[in-house]
Amino acid sequence: MRLTGAQALIKSLEMQGTEVMFGLPGGAILPVYDPIIDSSIRHILVRHEQGAGHMAEGYALATGRPGVAIVTSGPGATNIVTPLANAYMDSTPLVVISGQVATSSIGSDAFQECDITGVTMGITKHNWLVTDPADLPRTVAAAFHVATTGRPGPVLIDVPKDVSQGSMEWYWPESIADLDLPGYNPVTVGDPALIRRAAELLLTAERPVIYAGGGILKAQAYDALLELAERTGIPVVTTLMARGAFPDSHPLCLGMPGMHGNYTAVTAMQRSDLLIALGSRFDDRVTGRVDAFAPEAKVIHVDIDPAELGKVRRPDVGVAGDCRLVIEAMLEALDGLGLGGRGASGSNGNSPAGSAASARPDLAPWWGRIHRWQEDFPYHYEQSDGGAIKPQMVVETLRDLSPVDTVVASGVGQHQMWASQYWRYDYPRTWINSGGAGTMGFSVPAAIGAKVGRPDRTVWAIDGDGCFQMTAQELVTASAEQIPVKVAILNNAYLGMVRQWQEMFYEERYSEVYLSPDLPDYVKWAEAMGCVGLRCESPEEVAPAVEKANAIDDRPVVIDFRTDAFEKVFPMVPAGASNDGIVVHPSQEDRPR
Amino acid sequence: MSITELHVASPEPVRHHILSVLVENKAGVLARVAGLFSRRGFNIFSLTVAPTDDERFSRITMVVDVESAPLEQIVNQLDKLINVVTISQLAPHEAVERELLLATVAVGPAERSQVIELVGVFGAQVVNVGLARLTVMLAGRPEKLDDFERLLEDYELVELQRSGRVALPKLDRPTGAPAGLPA
Repeated sequence: MRLTGAQALIKSLEMQGTEVMFGLPGGAILPVYDPIIDSSIRHILVRHEQGAGHMAEGYALATGRPGVAIVTSGPGATNIVTPLANAYMDSTPLVVISGQVATSSIGSDAFQECDITGVTMGITKHNWLVTDPADLPRTVAAAFHVATTGRPGPVLIDVPKDVSQGSMEWYWPESIADLDLPGYNPVTVGDPALIRRAAELLLTAERPVIYAGGGILKAQAYDALLELAERTGIPVVTTLMARGAFPDSHPLCLGMPGMHGNYTAVTAMQRSDLLIALGSRFDDRVTGRVDAFAPEAKVIHVDIDPAELGKVRRPDVGVAGDCRLVIEAMLEALDGLGLGGRGASGSNGNSPAGSAASARPDLAPWWGRIHRWQEDFPYHYEQSDGGAIKPQMVVETLRDLSPVDTVVASGVGQHQMWASQYWRYDYPRTWINSGGAGTMGFSVPAAIGAKVGRPDRTVWAIDGDGCFQMTAQELVTASAEQIPVKVAILNNAYLGMVRQWQEMFYEERYSEVYLSPDLPDYVKWAEAMGCVGLRCESPEEVAPAVEKANAIDDRPVVIDFRTDAFEKVFPMVPAGASNDGIVVHPSQEDRPR
Repeated sequence: MSITELHVASPEPVRHHILSVLVENKAGVLARVAGLFSRRGFNIFSLTVAPTDDERFSRITMVVDVESAPLEQIVNQLDKLINVVTISQLAPHEAVERELLLATVAVGPAERSQVIELVGVFGAQVVNVGLARLTVMLAGRPEKLDDFERLLEDYELVELQRSGRVALPKLDRPTGAPAGLPA
C-alpha cells in the first residue's frame, strides 16, 4: 500500500493508540493536517502551541498514557519548547511532532526554519529529524517506545515538508527489535541481592521513612507501596510529584516534604535513621542544604534511572529498576526474612521466632515523636469572619464541595503550595502540576488536557492571577471544544511567591510584583472566552460560588477569588538553608520543637 | 637525557579517565555527547571520533576529568543517550594509549640540527621541510608527547597540534612470556 509520508505519520499515530492530539497547523506541517480530516484521532485546535504541549502533559499525567502534540516549524516549534522542558523535568511521556522546512532548504535560513532538534536536544529524552518518508512508521514507533519506557520523558519528531509530501510503502514494525535502537535497553528488574540487602536494612531501622516520589506514579506502584507501608508500619512522605501516590487520609501518610512541606514530613526525614527513597530524586526543594539533609539516615534508593543513584546523595543500597517490580521483590524478600503479614506500626507479633523480623526494633517510640509533631505543627491559617478571603480556605472549600476523585491542576507559586497542602489526595493521578521546571501558566492548559483524558471527572484548575494571565487564552479552546474545566483563580493581585520572598528576604522592598486585582477584569475576560465568570469578595461567598461552579457541566467556569494579598506559605525552609531551619507559622513559633 | 627521568617529574594525575564509547553513526551524535557534557558541567580533556570496522557505529575516545564529576555519574548520564551503544571505562594503567603530535618549528641554520637531533632521540619523524621551517611528527604515549612538546618549546613553535588519544584495553600477558613485552 502506497501512502504519503503524511498519511503514514497519522496512521502510525493511530497504530500507537493515539485518541487525541493537541496542535495548531502552519506552513511546514500543512501536508500532515490533510489526513487528520479522515483520521479517528481527535484533534484539539489550541490558541498557542505552549497550550498544546501543556494539554498533552495534563492528558498524560491524568491518564498515564503518552500525550501527543503537533506543531509547525520555526515559531510553532519554539513555542512548545517550554512544555518539552517541563515534561523532561517531570519525566512525563510526551510525543511532539513538528513540521520542518523541506530537506533541500534545511540550513539555508528558510522562512520559518529553526533547528528544533538542536534546540531541544538537552530537554528531550531523544529527538529525530526524519529525512525519508520510509522511516516514519519506525520512527513513530521508536518515539512512543522511548517516551513511555524506562524513565519516561518527552520526545520530538521533526518532519520536513518534502518528507510528509513524499510517498512510501506502508509497513508497521513488528517488534522492538525492528525499531533500530541498539543503544536503548532500560533496566526494569532490580538486582535481587541488592533488594535483599535493602529488605534486611529496612528491618534494622528504628526511625525509617519512606520517601515516595513521582516514580511511584510512573511505575503504577501505588498498590505495592501501600502494601510495603502497611506491612512494615513505616511512615510515608509523598513529594510534590507523588501527591496521591499514597492516600493522604491513610494514618501512615505524613504528607508532603520539602521547602513548603509540612513540619512532620520534613522533620521525620531529618531525624530518620533510614530513608527508603522510591522513585524520588533528592531534589533541592526536598533536601534543602544537601550536606545537612537527614544527617543520620542510611539511604535505600530505588530508581529506574541508574544516573539518579548517587547523583545527589550516595545510597547505602542503590537499586536500579522499576519501582513496582522492585517493591514487589522487596515484599518477597521481607517474606523470606519473616515479615510476611501486617506488622502494624512496628509490632513484631507475627514474625517467626529467630527470624530477622522478630529482632526488628519497635517503631512505637518513633511514631510517638511523629504524632507529637503532627499535633504541634499542623498546617495552619486563620480565617476571620468578614476579613479577606484566605486562599487556604478557598482550597479547603473546593476540596469539601467537590467529588473525592476530582483532578486538580495547578500553576506555580503560592497557590500551588496551598493546593498541595490543603487538598486531600487519596487517588493516584488526581494532582497535576509543574514540579521540576516550575512553569507558570501550566494550570489552565494542563487542566484542559486532563479533562480530555478523564471526561468523567471533575477537573479544577487552582491557579494564581499571575499564572492565569500567561495561558488563559486556552479557555477559548476549552469553550470551542466543549471541555468543561473549572478554574479557581486565587487572585491576590501579586506575583505572590515572589512577593513573599521580597517580604522575608529583601526587607519588604517590593520590586515589580504588583499585578492589580481588577486589571484585567477576570469575570469579563472569562465571559469573553465563552466561560461562566464568577467573583467572590468575602468568605461567605466562597461556598455558594463553588457549588454553583460544580453544578455547571456544559462550559468552562472561572471564579475570581479575591484573596488576602499578604498571606504567606508556611512552613518554609529558606533557599539554601538546612531543613532544620524550617520556619513554621508565626502562631506556632513558641512551641518547643 | 633520559625520557624516563622527565616522567618522574610529571606523574600523570589520576583525575584523567578514558572512556571508549561506541555510538550509532548518525547525524548529531557528537553534538548530543558534547551537549551532555556541557549542560551537566563535566569536563573533557580530549576527544576523538572515528568510524569503526562496522559502518553503523563510530567510536568516541574521550579523556574525562573525574574531579568535575564522579566517573560513575558521567558514565550513567552518557549511557542515557539513546545513540550511545556501549561504554568501556579504561583506567590509565589498564589501557594502551596512543596519540599523534604534529608541530611546525621555525628554525635557523643553528637550530635545525638541534631539532633534528631531538627528533632522533624521541623516535619522531621530520615529515615536511621548508626554507626556514620543519614539520615534525611523533606518535606515542601521551606522556611522551608531553615531554617532546616541552622540549620543542625551547624553539620558535609556529603551530602544534595533537590528535587527542585513542586507547584499547591492555591484554593479559601470555603466561611464561619474557618480561619486556611492549605495552
